[in-house]
Order: sequence, then structure tokens, then C-alpha cells
Amino acid sequence: MIYASQSLGDLWVWLLERLAEFCGWLGIPEVIRYSVEKGAYAIGLLVFISLTALVLIYMERKVSAHMQLRYGPMWTGGWHGWSQTIADMIKLLLKEDVIPDKADRWVHRVAPIVVFVPSLLGFLVIPFDKHLIGADLNVGILIIFGFSSIAVLSIFMGGWASNNKYTLLGGLRSAAQMISYELPLVLSVLGVIMTVGSLKMSDIVMAQKDVWFLFTPNFLGFIIYIIAGTAEVNRTPFDIPEAESELVSGYNTEYSGLKYGFFMLSEFTNTFIISAIAATFFMGGWNGPSWLPGIVSFLGKTYLIVFLLMWFRWTFPRFRVDRLMDFGWKFLLPLSFFNILMIAVWVLVKK
Amino acid sequence: MGLVLDKAPYILESFPGGSYVVTSMDWVINWSRKSSLWPLSFGLACCAIEWMADVGSRNDFDRFGVFPRPTPRQADLIFISGTLTKKMASRVRRLYEQMAEPRYVISMGSCSNTGGPFYDSYSVVKGVDKVLPVDVYIAGCPPRPEAVLLSILKLQEKIMTETISHKK
Repeated sequence: MIYASQSLGDLWVWLLERLAEFCGWLGIPEVIRYSVEKGAYAIGLLVFISLTALVLIYMERKVSAHMQLRYGPMWTGGWHGWSQTIADMIKLLLKEDVIPDKADRWVHRVAPIVVFVPSLLGFLVIPFDKHLIGADLNVGILIIFGFSSIAVLSIFMGGWASNNKYTLLGGLRSAAQMISYELPLVLSVLGVIMTVGSLKMSDIVMAQKDVWFLFTPNFLGFIIYIIAGTAEVNRTPFDIPEAESELVSGYNTEYSGLKYGFFMLSEFTNTFIISAIAATFFMGGWNGPSWLPGIVSFLGKTYLIVFLLMWFRWTFPRFRVDRLMDFGWKFLLPLSFFNILMIAVWVLVKK
Repeated sequence: MGLVLDKAPYILESFPGGSYVVTSMDWVINWSRKSSLWPLSFGLACCAIEWMADVGSRNDFDRFGVFPRPTPRQADLIFISGTLTKKMASRVRRLYEQMAEPRYVISMGSCSNTGGPFYDSYSVVKGVDKVLPVDVYIAGCPPRPEAVLLSILKLQEKIMTETISHKK
């Protein structure tokens, strides 16, 4: 039986059981049942991702507007400009697609796809609710970091293929920045992995049933994670790859229309993934009050972190390139090593 | 998107009721274009200073979806803000050509409308419409922020009259 108060994960499990019964009754082979199950999840995920990107772009504009004491989009679609992003997307879809004359045409075309696919695949192992996870792999977090390092490649592809000095500089800066901030990012998460003793996302969430890792010595790891995560998705104060006062628009200078739309979309989905990992690793994932469905709890925490990142963006000025590298290598990396040492001692003492 | 904008109306209009579909498509396309006019953050002279204040937070052009882009490839709209010298004219023309279709031009201030107080100078272009096709002219030296806002509203009205139809 299914109740309204039950979570979306339980509903999903109930639907899967009905599907299994139906397939058993008709004698449909296991392979087809499995494909239908995963296909339905993938379609749901795609719808969720596109809706999330639309909501996040609208949210970004509204948050920035209210931080500067203005209103932001107000007229498009009637109520508080709710359809602003939809209008933007339709316009980008119908805009002329410019490929520069001297560009590497093939790489130039492929780069926006390569940037979007890793951010799509990252959603595979994000636990939205108790049983609501695409694949509960035993290397869950490793998969996300593996995919997110492909995003560097695509940004560099875009910068290189456009055959423009500003895009090339933007791509190079982005590559340098993302590679150097990936180390503190992974090392900060390592503290949580050491505490739990597993890379599996569901294990990490279950370990925080009583107390979130945010309120343990892992707090330092959380701060390092947020800083390095902001740098990883190229948001201010780490947005030197697209610094418009120096590099026109950075790696996406020569992209117009839908291809630029893909770059923008992937930036926001990456923001969501970084926030979702923060919510899963440090804020208890779908754990929450028993009367609240797990997915509401999870999305609430995720959007809180997204809001925090937006708050950073409209508060801090941009780093200089050399100071960015100094901060990453000379401060954040030793700090994350210290964090690992501290967590190791804490885990030993707790035992 | 040549398929949607060029071929589809041509095929659709040969069917009965097809022009109704075309006009509905017109409405959606024009609505999306008018609602997200991204201007190029580009300026020439003193009107550019006024324009920077205009798109700032006090006048909040973001209410109408106006969101400055630094690169011409992603911009839909270019404000010619200030005196256009003959040396700069070719550069402005090149910027305009770098922008992706559909693109619109707003001429801001007396200087770019007609040459303004510098009309007698040997080095000033007498109106930007000698170089670019201008959609909306704003009078003023420099124009008030309200006038710049009105120019965007007028441009939105103009965009709503566009059609993808092949019938004349």
C-alpha cells in the first residue's frame, strides 16, 4: 500500500515491484525489464536536469538582483518574470550559429556536447532519496570526480578550437585552475570517506543518520570543499576563465546560439552537482525530520548550498591569476592535508 | 535553425490552416526574442558612461530581460552610444557583422543620430545610419535613462511585428 506521507523513493520501489510483477506475469525477459527500469529513471533524470537548469538560471538572476537592491526579471510571462529562462532558451535555439572561418570546425562543434555529457553523467550516482539513485555503485564518489575532470577537457577544447587568443587564454586558465583545485576538492571529501569507510553514496548518507558530518571535525573539510567546489565550477570569485574585463568572455567568446546555451546549462548543472555532493557528504543527504519526504529534505539542503554559492558570487571580487594559484597550492592544499591528519586522529580516538 | 525559420513556413503555408500555425510560431519566436534582448557591452563616447549607469542597478534593465553580454557572438542588440568617428566606423561595422542573426541596433544620443554638436567636424560620421541599419533612434545629449528604457520597449514593439512567413 502507498501513502501520501511516504517518500518518493518508496513510490519508486513500489512502481518497480509492480513492473516486476507485470513482467513476470507476461513472461518478459529480465533484460527488457531492467532496460525499462533504467530507461524510465534516465528520462526522469533528464526532465529533472532541464527543469533544474531553468530554475537555477532564473534563481541566479533573481538572487543577484535582490542583492543589488533591484527586482531582476519582472515582465516576461507575467508573474515576476517566471518564464525569463524559457524565453532565453527559445531565443538561443533560434539564433544564428556562427563558426569562425579559421576554427577547427569539428572540435568546435563537439566541445559543447562534451561539456554537457559529464555533468549529465554525474547525476547517475546522486542519491535523491532512500532508494532513488540511478546506480548505487561502490565507487560512487569516484565516478563523479572522474566525470567532472572531463569537463576541463571540453572547456579547453572550446578555447582551442575557436582559434581566438582570448578563448585560448580562457581555456588555458580554466585548465590550470580546475586541475589545481581538483586536489583540495578530492582531499576534503577524503575525510568523510575515512570516517565512513566506504565510497558508496548510500553508506555515506546512512552514516549521518544521527549527526551530520558538518557538526563533527569534518567541518574543516566542508569549508575546503565549498571553496574548491566554487573554483571547480568556475564561479566568482574564481571565474578568471571567463573574466570579461580581461578576456572578453573567456573560452566561450566565439560560441553563439545553442552551443553557448549548452555551456551555460552545464555551468548550472555542475553547480547543482557540487551542491548535491556537499548536501550528501556533509549535511546528511536525504536524512531529515520523519514527517518530511527525503527528496524535499535533500533538495532543500542542495538549494541552500546553491544559494550560498550565489551569495559568494555577488559578494566577492575576482581573484588575480597568480593569487588564485598561490591560494590553491600554498594554502588550500596544506590545509586539506592537515584536515586528513586531523580526521585520522579523530577516527582513531573514536574507536 | 534554417529548417524552422526558412523551410517550415514555406511548406506549412501551402496547407489549409497552415498560416495559422505560422502566425502562432511567429508569436512564440518574437516573444522569446523581445523578452531576452542581450545588448553588447560596448560604448564609444560620453553616452557610453550614461549607458553604463543605465544598465546599472538603479534603473534595472534586467526587468525586461536585458542582460549585457561581453562578446558580440552572444549579443542581440548593439547600442551605438556616442560620437562615431570615421576611424571607428569600420570597427563598429565589424562588431555588427560579428553578431549572430537576428541583430538589432539602437542609436543612442544626438551624436550617433546625426553627428550632433560635432556635425561640422572633419572626422565625425554624420549619423550611424550611414554605416549600420538602425532600428530605434533615441534623442538627447545624453538621453535620460527613461528614454533608453523607452527605446527598448519600442524595439520590443517592433520585434513583435516581425514574421517568418514567405507570403507578402
